[in-house]
Amino acid sequence: MSRILRATALAGVLALAVSGCGGVGGDDGGGGGTATSGTLTTMGFGLSDEIATTRVDAFKRDHPGVDLKITEGAFDEQQFLSAVASGNPPDLVYMDRKLIGTYAKRGSIQPLTDCVEKQDIDLAQYRPAAKDQVTLDGTVYGIPEFSSVRVVYLNEALLRQAGLTVDDVDLADWAALPALNTKLAKVSGGRLSRIGIDPKIPEFLPMWAKANGADMISADGTKPNLTDPKVVEALTTGLKLIQDQGGFGRFKSFRDTFDFFGAENPLAKSQIVAWPMEEWFLNQAAKNSPKAELVVKPFVDRQGKPLTMSSGQAWVITKGAKNPDAACAFVKQMTATETWVAAAKARADARKAAGQPFTGVWTGNLNADNKIFDELYQPTGNKRFDDAVATIRSVQDAAFAMPASPAGAEFDKASYDAVNRVLAGQAQPAEALARAQQEATAALDEASK
Amino acid sequence: MASTATAPPAPGRRRRTPLARREARWAYLFLAPWIIGFLAFTAGPMIASAWLSFTEYDVINPPEYTGLDNYRELMADPQVARSLGNTVYYTALHVPLVMAISLGLALLLKRVGRWQGFFRTVFYLPVMTPAVAVGILFLLLLNTQDGLINRGLALVGIEGPSWTTDPDWVMPGIVLMSLWSLGSTVIIYLAALQNVPRDLYEAASIDGAGAWARFRHVTLPMISGALFFTLIVNTIASLQMFTEVYTMYFGNRETQNRFNSDAASFYVIHLFQEAFQFLHMGYASAMAWLLFVIILVVTLVQVKLSNRFVFYEGEDR
Repeated sequence: MSRILRATALAGVLALAVSGCGGVGGDDGGGGGTATSGTLTTMGFGLSDEIATTRVDAFKRDHPGVDLKITEGAFDEQQFLSAVASGNPPDLVYMDRKLIGTYAKRGSIQPLTDCVEKQDIDLAQYRPAAKDQVTLDGTVYGIPEFSSVRVVYLNEALLRQAGLTVDDVDLADWAALPALNTKLAKVSGGRLSRIGIDPKIPEFLPMWAKANGADMISADGTKPNLTDPKVVEALTTGLKLIQDQGGFGRFKSFRDTFDFFGAENPLAKSQIVAWPMEEWFLNQAAKNSPKAELVVKPFVDRQGKPLTMSSGQAWVITKGAKNPDAACAFVKQMTATETWVAAAKARADARKAAGQPFTGVWTGNLNADNKIFDELYQPTGNKRFDDAVATIRSVQDAAFAMPASPAGAEFDKASYDAVNRVLAGQAQPAEALARAQQEATAALDEASK
Repeated sequence: MASTATAPPAPGRRRRTPLARREARWAYLFLAPWIIGFLAFTAGPMIASAWLSFTEYDVINPPEYTGLDNYRELMADPQVARSLGNTVYYTALHVPLVMAISLGLALLLKRVGRWQGFFRTVFYLPVMTPAVAVGILFLLLLNTQDGLINRGLALVGIEGPSWTTDPDWVMPGIVLMSLWSLGSTVIIYLAALQNVPRDLYEAASIDGAGAWARFRHVTLPMISGALFFTLIVNTIASLQMFTEVYTMYFGNRETQNRFNSDAASFYVIHLFQEAFQFLHMGYASAMAWLLFVIILVVTLVQVKLSNRFVFYEGEDR
């Protein structure tokens, strides 16, 4: 079947199903050369801030022969697949790292072995968790950037009101969590007005499971492990924390009203006491609630050892990319130490000009992070935020990531559906996870063929 | 045209006049943009997807012929059964409600006199709201603790349900949301009501018919064509429900990481996930054709039944 027919067929599925509703633009060399000229197209990336523009400007300056065309916007599967089906994919795609396994297995993105070798990209500079997510069956398919990690945020003023200290919040002691949670939460007349502990499930269930000593999926991303009693226990623990706060309906509806990006954030409004969350909230808190009594602690396993889950983006070169050499040069420069440092400096300058604190950039490049935090970062003078930055830096080395999987999206759906069924009261944890295990196994077996 | 009813059929094939041929050419010329668009963007893709429904195809690699495997698989897929069940349940709730409420509103609008234009605009405005915005808006309105709907219920002493998390209440919440954009149906009914000849009502009144009898025996038959049209259109739209619910419960990759409910899993949402997230385009094509057949059958049944209930002016019954 011709490419045109296949692309047409893609439209046909939607035309049939949603008839009332309703490209982006070789060889598969993998970017092995070093010549950089011609047109270079990207998808899934945007020039939304100085971190992006500074790095892109550096590439343009050093590669004047390349006509860089950036199609701005977040990665869109439909857009990408339509471009691939029509035989006109972009050279580079910027996507969530957890998608890479699926696209690599299907052959829509190129192994970067030649690119890494010929452009002399030092893979050791990237954080191990980030590198794991872009590696399938020992082959690197993407160059990672950013390392978003999860830490525990505490509102110390609310802890004090409850007669507790920061040290009393011990996430290693699961047996004591329900009592602590009940003490911190504010539920009256069936109405929840303050969350004690938010376990953040289903999205953070892999971190709770890991803290309990279980991986939800095998290291090669092909075998689910959802029926492990330790995973069941993790889900049961999270469920209990939510049920004790008026049930999931009230818990979710209260949490849905939170605005983490504004001055009326739940920290400022005293709506939540303890919650694990991505490190980016520190930037928002520093900007919007600099006087809040915020304390950041590492998430810990049941032995009290710091633990965090890492995620981020990656650059991939598509199968059929017309200019893989320039694409390879681009990803090398975008993720190089000096480029990151320049971008971080631009961010620090912008924050200074706006009268806001600079809390750093977590690049996914270990060398860049060290330079940024050793040489560029200046303590804000607010001990709470400076300590928080130090905590976040310390947990970066304790990060794990969900491995690249040939059916990552289906695994995610199966595990999230399981948690959602439990939260909605439709199934018990063991029963829901057993069903998810079956669904995930079928999907992974099919994808691994 | 009218002469064809009385004139005997001419022997042999009648030659068209040059004028008729010229007019036909112009007609085809003016129809050409639509015909080309239909062939390129509807018929062509439909034929291609029919072929793909018999293949295993991930969009990236060439399709492999697998015969009826996709159809067999979807008949045994519990997700397909669940999402189809949800979609039918939604249709069964949404269509009668939209028709009844729209008719009620249209009857009221007909009586408001010179303010009719204003209210007509007001009722139609929600139709202009983008579906994505409607989805987000109703997530807020249906919030269990702080949503406007539950606050309103609390004023009359009713504790509102968990509209977005309780599996029993998710679908009623979605139906409530869908009533937001019934403006089109209201406008169609209003136009139909305004076309009912006044002398029919006068004659019925003289014969002693009360308000209900006039509505039952004059209004309903006279607007039955409009009722039938909206029945078909709303049924098809309901079976294809996607955007608002996808925005509320599935949305982008970020919101997929949060809560969504089996109760909100509609057929087209499942189809979309299979096609573009799990890369099962062949399977999704089979799903699309199944939905097409279901819609076709439902529409044919409705058309058949309409012969009994729909009255067209000038028709002899």
